[in-house]
Amino acid sequence: MLQKDILVIGAGPAGLAASIEAGKSGAKVLLVDLNMQPGGQLFKQIHKFFGSSAHHSGMRGFQIGTQLLEEAREAHVEIWMQSTVIGIFPGKKIGIEREAADGSKELLTIQARKIILATGASENAIRFQGWTAPGVMGAGAAQTMINVNHVLPGKKVVMLGSGNVGLIVSYQLMQAGCDVAALIEAAPKIGGYAVHAAKIRRAGVPIYIKHTITKALLDTDGCLRGCIIAQVDEHFHPVPGTEKEIACDTITLAAGLRPVTDLAKLAGCRLTYNGAFGGWLPLHNKKMETSETGIFTAGDSTGVEEANTALEEGKLAGISAAEELGLLSCEIANTQREEIWARLHSLRLGPFGERRMLEKEHILAEYASKIGISVLSE
Amino acid sequence: MSFIQTGSLDYTELASLQTLPTEERFAKGPVAILECVQEIPCNPCEASCQFGAIQIGEPITNLPSLLSERCVGCGVCVSRCPGLAIVIVNKIYSKTTATVAFPYEYYPVPETGDIREAVNRKGEVLCRGRIIKVSNPASYDHTPVVTIEIPKKFADEVRSIKRILV
Amino acid sequence: MCMRIENHVIFNCDHTGISVEIIVDGKTVAAFEGEPILASLLAAGIKINRYTVKRQEPRGLFCGIGQCTDCAMIVDGKANVRTCITPVKAGMIIKTQKGLAKEE
Repeated sequence: MLQKDILVIGAGPAGLAASIEAGKSGAKVLLVDLNMQPGGQLFKQIHKFFGSSAHHSGMRGFQIGTQLLEEAREAHVEIWMQSTVIGIFPGKKIGIEREAADGSKELLTIQARKIILATGASENAIRFQGWTAPGVMGAGAAQTMINVNHVLPGKKVVMLGSGNVGLIVSYQLMQAGCDVAALIEAAPKIGGYAVHAAKIRRAGVPIYIKHTITKALLDTDGCLRGCIIAQVDEHFHPVPGTEKEIACDTITLAAGLRPVTDLAKLAGCRLTYNGAFGGWLPLHNKKMETSETGIFTAGDSTGVEEANTALEEGKLAGISAAEELGLLSCEIANTQREEIWARLHSLRLGPFGERRMLEKEHILAEYASKIGISVLSE
Repeated sequence: MSFIQTGSLDYTELASLQTLPTEERFAKGPVAILECVQEIPCNPCEASCQFGAIQIGEPITNLPSLLSERCVGCGVCVSRCPGLAIVIVNKIYSKTTATVAFPYEYYPVPETGDIREAVNRKGEVLCRGRIIKVSNPASYDHTPVVTIEIPKKFADEVRSIKRILV
Repeated sequence: MCMRIENHVIFNCDHTGISVEIIVDGKTVAAFEGEPILASLLAAGIKINRYTVKRQEPRGLFCGIGQCTDCAMIVDGKANVRTCITPVKAGMIIKTQKGLAKEE
């Protein structure tokens, strides 16, 4: 059986950052991901990031991704792509289905000393009549197609959801050459940053707040040709008589993300439900360790935020896993963790971040009371 | 309705949330307008200005302030703002016209001499204008800054051009 | 109608993979080696990947990251292949999957 010091599952910003820190400390790190290429959400992000210079502000997501991959190589991190973790067994044995270049699949078991779960988040589906038709897709799927594969999924798009994903992907669809006919939002206000909304308004995209899509209109081949939108009341029920038809061949759903917790559940990690972070997530402490000793977690799978927080949490997990292996002294690990928590704090400031800051405190407190292991300074 | 509902600022709202340059300052030449009105952890504009005309400080969620006497209207900040929220307005370009320099990340990027439809923050066409400059050096990292000449009366409203779908 | 992006302000649209051909439901389709099969299909304007078991309804791109299986097709005789995370190889034979489709 293959032995590794640390198995990191998920090669997005959190997983890459964790692998780099652990690798720099001298750990033998194996990073696995089921996708064809590493980087997670980063390679789809073609806009310039916010934050401070410590957080790669002004750099485009894919540039940060390229930089991380280079750092991972320098830290001697082994990376397996097209490798799906299918089981986590007692004693930190992990089952991986690995796809070879010729398409054949082999089943391997890895024995790891520490595991870091960085599996990210997945999109919520919004159901309306006809939602299963070709042409209706997650906003992330459209973003992957245009920014990574350079292919248009359609030409005329209706975007559902005004959070940052909905606003940014609408902009990127227009950059790719699509027409965004409308952005639909059920809440009475826009959820994402004003500057993102401003860009799409300058491009003439109408934003319909207090509206939802009630029906997808299909062509004879069953593919999307339009949709019906309607106003909603304060209970989010469609108001009869307010229907409007919009022609489109693509509907992109950006109605929120939720952490991917399948492996955390398989591994026996205790979960908690947190609406601000998207749903169920693994309880963790300030070292990003779950209720299972030696299993850490980082990034969107611990609560949906953004790439910068994923990077910082990944570093926390990597440092803490390396410390538990004795590769990093307690003093150095504590100092580094304090610096990272200070940066996380600055990322969670302001009206958009403060709820997440508060909820993260709740999660840490819940861990402390239910799992009983105390904080950073011990 | 506020920008929280519509997605676009109107001038009165912007003026109430940001300290805009005075008419006195506008009379001296090109100056930056920071249309950044929400507290978000973000500060590349501060670092981008070699004249120290933009201040954020700590915490980095502070709204940027423009020290308009230091601003020369060079436009570097326009390319650096991740939110594409900065424009340079020159109200004294000529007796009858003003210019607005704005970020434009759509293909095709216009060329000097082109006549284009100028739009306001809601994407409504206000007038036609002439493109007098397009800056797209490597240091702008693929955020071209386009300058359009328009009738003076639209200087507070024109913020982009209408896209051409190829 | 080709749905490939040929020009973009932010990124370079040049193809790095080799130009190849794949066969989709008997028709030749141009593709690039190494790109996800689904990208080649969408580039050629093909939006339907399979039909459901009970009601024979069409399905196409939904999640794009291998989680939902709406994009599953028969590839080189093997059914249930998630085309959004499977790379193209020259000469691949791809068929719209009807229901559960037995391996051929």
